[in-house]
Amino acid sequence: MAAYLVRRLLQTALILLGVSVITFALLYLLPADPVRQIAGRSATPETVENIRRQLGLDQPFIVQYWRYLSGLLQGDLGRSYLQRSEVSTLIAARLPASLLLMVGAIGCELLLGLTMGIVAAVRRGSVADQTMMIASFVGVSAPQFVVGLLLLYFFSVRLGWFPIGGYGTWKHMVLPSVALGILGAGWYSRMMRSSMIDVLRQDYVRTARAKGLARGTILFRHALPNAVLPIIAMIGIDIGLFMSGIVVIESVFGWPGIGQLAWQAIQRIDIPIIMGVTLVSACAIVIGNLLADLVTPFIDPRIRLR
Amino acid sequence: MNAAPAASIVPDVSDQPSGAPGENVLSVNGLDVVARTDAGDTPLVEALTFDLRRGETLCIAGESGSGKSITSLAIMGLLPQPAVRISGGSILFGGRDLATLDEAAMRRIRGDRIAMIFQEPMTSLNPVLSIGRQLIEAIEAHTSLPRGAARERAIEALDAVRIPQARTRLKQYPHELSGGMRQRVMIAMALALRPDVLIADEPTTALDVTVQGEVLELLRDLKNDFGTSIILITHDMGVVAEMADRVIVMQKGRMIESGAVGPLFAAPSQDYTRSLLDAVPRLGDGMASGTAQLAGGAGNVVDVEGLTVGFDIRGGIFGRATHRVHAVENVSFTIRDRETFSLVGESGCGKSTIAKALAGLVPFTGDIRLGGTSIAGLDRHGLKRVRRDIQMIFQDPFASLDPRMRVGDLVGEPLIIHGIATPSERRERVAALFDRVGLSPDQMERYPHEFSGGQRQRICIARALALRPKLIIADESVSALDVSVQARVLELLKELQAEFGIAYLFISHDMAVVENISDRVAVMYLGQIVEMGTRDQVFSNPQHAYTRRLIDAVPIPDPAKRRARFPRMQGEVPSPVHARGRSPTTVTLRDIGGGHLVAGN
Repeated sequence: MAAYLVRRLLQTALILLGVSVITFALLYLLPADPVRQIAGRSATPETVENIRRQLGLDQPFIVQYWRYLSGLLQGDLGRSYLQRSEVSTLIAARLPASLLLMVGAIGCELLLGLTMGIVAAVRRGSVADQTMMIASFVGVSAPQFVVGLLLLYFFSVRLGWFPIGGYGTWKHMVLPSVALGILGAGWYSRMMRSSMIDVLRQDYVRTARAKGLARGTILFRHALPNAVLPIIAMIGIDIGLFMSGIVVIESVFGWPGIGQLAWQAIQRIDIPIIMGVTLVSACAIVIGNLLADLVTPFIDPRIRLR
Repeated sequence: MNAAPAASIVPDVSDQPSGAPGENVLSVNGLDVVARTDAGDTPLVEALTFDLRRGETLCIAGESGSGKSITSLAIMGLLPQPAVRISGGSILFGGRDLATLDEAAMRRIRGDRIAMIFQEPMTSLNPVLSIGRQLIEAIEAHTSLPRGAARERAIEALDAVRIPQARTRLKQYPHELSGGMRQRVMIAMALALRPDVLIADEPTTALDVTVQGEVLELLRDLKNDFGTSIILITHDMGVVAEMADRVIVMQKGRMIESGAVGPLFAAPSQDYTRSLLDAVPRLGDGMASGTAQLAGGAGNVVDVEGLTVGFDIRGGIFGRATHRVHAVENVSFTIRDRETFSLVGESGCGKSTIAKALAGLVPFTGDIRLGGTSIAGLDRHGLKRVRRDIQMIFQDPFASLDPRMRVGDLVGEPLIIHGIATPSERRERVAALFDRVGLSPDQMERYPHEFSGGQRQRICIARALALRPKLIIADESVSALDVSVQARVLELLKELQAEFGIAYLFISHDMAVVENISDRVAVMYLGQIVEMGTRDQVFSNPQHAYTRRLIDAVPIPDPAKRRARFPRMQGEVPSPVHARGRSPTTVTLRDIGGGHLVAGN
């Protein structure tokens, strides 16, 4: 177990190194010039060159990257070009909001997706099954910003049940969580349905019935833990989807998280923030997958981590 | 009671002299079960009538599709409704008709008064719940015992099925137990509440023969101790002879014949029963029919020397190999032209791994020479050329044919792969092959699902023959077939050998089949050959203790020769997994005369 963790952490370090190289290279090759953004339109060429030199952007790629990496290894994510603040401070201030949104979205995914999947599997072929599978298909297909805007229109503007945007109470959390989670809920309900149908056909479910167990016991104690195993691995992968989703959803709902931060930084080519958010996202994905892998052995004793 | 059409040919079972004490526990009267299809209801079981008495073992025997398993599911109320349902008749148990009970009432009977165990012990236990939890929940579902008392009851049940260290086993999970142990856990679960009736559906079919003996003996003892009535469903007439008080023979959903086991085996009244009994391969048959002369030509098709195959188990931070599975350890043998060489042994003994090594499918050390050419140093082209001479037929004819290809194309594919013949010649060759294995060339355009298991295995044989190989590896090729089909396929294999001069490497766990078809036999145990010789040497003069145990464990299809005790294995089979750098002790074979090799000590 300890050996496994050490190996996974080494892998994580390699992954983050790879992510930093690729992102840094892409930003370097970007045709837009961050210095012009900082200096403003009226700046003289001398000012521009001065800023460029100050920021070290006149150096060759390898030197720039080396400087960034040595800072990174000391825990320094650099300073924002425009916000006059440490990137780590900016991210730290906004990360809790994003994590909260993610928790809400995962909750929404699991609640909606698993419930629909289980009901559809148990009532296979029924009207409920067909309706839910069509709904899940819509959920999977609809673009997230459209879902977000529709939710806003109906539940905030027309019905006035929830605030239009912002951050603070649980009511603020509902619509963005649903908007972000609905895609995953669609996937999960379909996966859960087929996984559950498969499990319900297994010999051990027949054994459970032959023992004279009640329906609920068979479903929740015997079938569910087996059926949920492939879903857990998915949740880890899902965090990657969330990271791209929050950039859109946080902007739609005015949610003060790192998605919004990233969105603003991209518009202004604020390279240190883009790098920082990308690395934090990569961390989140890796940690999500690691957590999923660590949880699995508790449900399935056949899986041993080594 | 429904008028049972079968009644005219079936002696009324209640007229039979009763060997077992007591009243009827279960009465099935005119039971009809149908399956819903597009074309209306198809009968699966028709007008089935029988009684089960207290403390007796009733065997329902029949081949696949006879409706024997459907009958057991109907009694348990476990039919896959609404696709399959009871359409007539009654199942009387304790004064109630199980055919009309609702789910809630049926649930109280299931597991409590009527319990069931299934064929596949590997999949019948829930992999994510501990043994203890699965046992205790069965007890708690039907009693109001507190957790502690239910636990004690579970331990008692495990003790009763002779599982050592029952108390500590409760914490274990199914994957930590062997197949035989799991089936014992299933039996413990079924018997924990002392049911009146135990339905055992092919309980030993998936088990090794030595383990089968133990489980059958256990069932027999438990029946005697608890007075449980047992319905034993099996296709194996040997098991019927060993276990049954009375027998029902079913075919295509109908009862063909029933009666006490002795008279039924001695003088079956129906042709079908007789053919079923005749088709059963028996130990001793091969010797009676065969001559001592060895088949085989001058040369060797295969020379295997010091073959060793191992698989690494990785662990640690850098995923280094820490342990090694010694699947095959220093095995040497030869297969001569035109002979049938059999490898026999229980699951995990390495017999299939040898087949894979011969076909070049796993890396190995040692030397394998095919027709004199060593395959170790060959490149891809050389290997392809050599593989032409070796073809395989596998166990599962359902899984080894691509369902999306026409069977004619499947048989012709090896010719295409090796670039042989023009398309029209190929068609002719495939048609001739179909004809030769007993299928009609008209069937070439059909798909695999349109054929029965036996026909599919014939297609597999035709495919293996397409390249005119020198050696065919038949890996458990007849194990999945019904006995009557099995007998015909074995006959076909023998004919083809005489006609085409092929050598067979025949891999099987079934001693009777091996004895029937082999010229020479090697017995494997834990990756090594422990005894090897001609069929007569191994079967009439078995020298190694393991060979003897294998032969003794085969149920004899004759109730007159029923054994009081099955040979029992001491403990579990040791593991072939060793720490890296440590090798298992290798046995040395010594010739005790006439080429009969036996492992020393």
